[in-house]
Amino acid sequence: MLGSLTLILLCQLIGEVITRLTKLPVPGPVIGMVLLFCGLVFCPGRMPSEIEKAGGFLLRYLALLFVPAGVGVITHLDLLLKSWAPIAGVIVIGTLATIAVTGLVMKFLNRRGAPAREESLQ
Amino acid sequence: MSAEIQQLWVYLSTTPLLWLTLTLISYQIGTWVFGKLGCHPLLNPVLTAIIGLVVLLKVTGIDYQTYFRGAQFVHFLLGPATVALAIPLYRELEMIRKSFGPIIITLAVGSLAAIVSAVGIAWALGGEKIILLSVAPKSITTPIAMGVSEQIGGLPSLTAVVVVLTGITGAVGGDFILNWLKIYDDNARGMALGVASHGIGTAHAIQRSRVAGAFSALAMALNGLFTALLLPVIVYWMQ
Repeated sequence: MLGSLTLILLCQLIGEVITRLTKLPVPGPVIGMVLLFCGLVFCPGRMPSEIEKAGGFLLRYLALLFVPAGVGVITHLDLLLKSWAPIAGVIVIGTLATIAVTGLVMKFLNRRGAPAREESLQ
Repeated sequence: MSAEIQQLWVYLSTTPLLWLTLTLISYQIGTWVFGKLGCHPLLNPVLTAIIGLVVLLKVTGIDYQTYFRGAQFVHFLLGPATVALAIPLYRELEMIRKSFGPIIITLAVGSLAAIVSAVGIAWALGGEKIILLSVAPKSITTPIAMGVSEQIGGLPSLTAVVVVLTGITGAVGGDFILNWLKIYDDNARGMALGVASHGIGTAHAIQRSRVAGAFSALAMALNGLFTALLLPVIVYWMQ
């Protein structure tokens, strides 16, 4: 568990270093994800097998991790009240429209191409 | 006695321990309520926890900086968790490879839909320019969105708030829309949630199935890259 956690943090650290040095508009953790992914693909044998455990723990509580940033809404209550109509419209209509468009395109392409789908595990 | 309690509160309210613990407790209460009341999407635990904590901070008059000193320990884990998203991607690699073409096409359409709908709706509803620029990157993960917002002249902190609210909206309303449109393919549901509502949508997709979670994680990562590269160009071109 400790080894996997160290590896995950190391990927993030290298990602941060790469972003700073290259001034890429991509955050360090995303580069870190690419690095870990490459590690899993190219040397699966050398990756600690418990990485699934450490990663699984983080991903199980992924939703919780957004709470602190979300509470930040408190610092913008005034602006949100003032421009509530455009902001609420964008968030609700824009997001649901994007979900609809994206889902429909993928569903359409599924029907046409390879049947790469799987029933829900639930 | 009440003076002692007052003193205790003055001490506790400024320690990271209190706000870290309250963040965990409020999320657990949110999860408990969610389960007890039949998993209704509107009772999304993230939403419940945020509302509970905002009310608590307002009532006690504690400022966000004090709260965040404790909550930062949870917030920090977002980085490692983002790295860990490589694991579901790797597990479903074969399935992702099989639909590589559809993924890229869907991503391009979905990413543009997210940007165009955000800016278009804000403009139509009379939003000022600063609002338009701040909401344009709303569908991508917080750290990328804040960077892009700053780059194109928006307010990064407003962007962060809109990003989180977008994620919650996707997690809360996504299932309604997807069921209504009879979209039951797990890869399509994952793509839709990941493109439209980044990490919070992905957290929701993971609860449905491994496949939905993997596609959502992939869509989130690719949409982040795509938008970060595309949006500054669009904004430059529009001006």
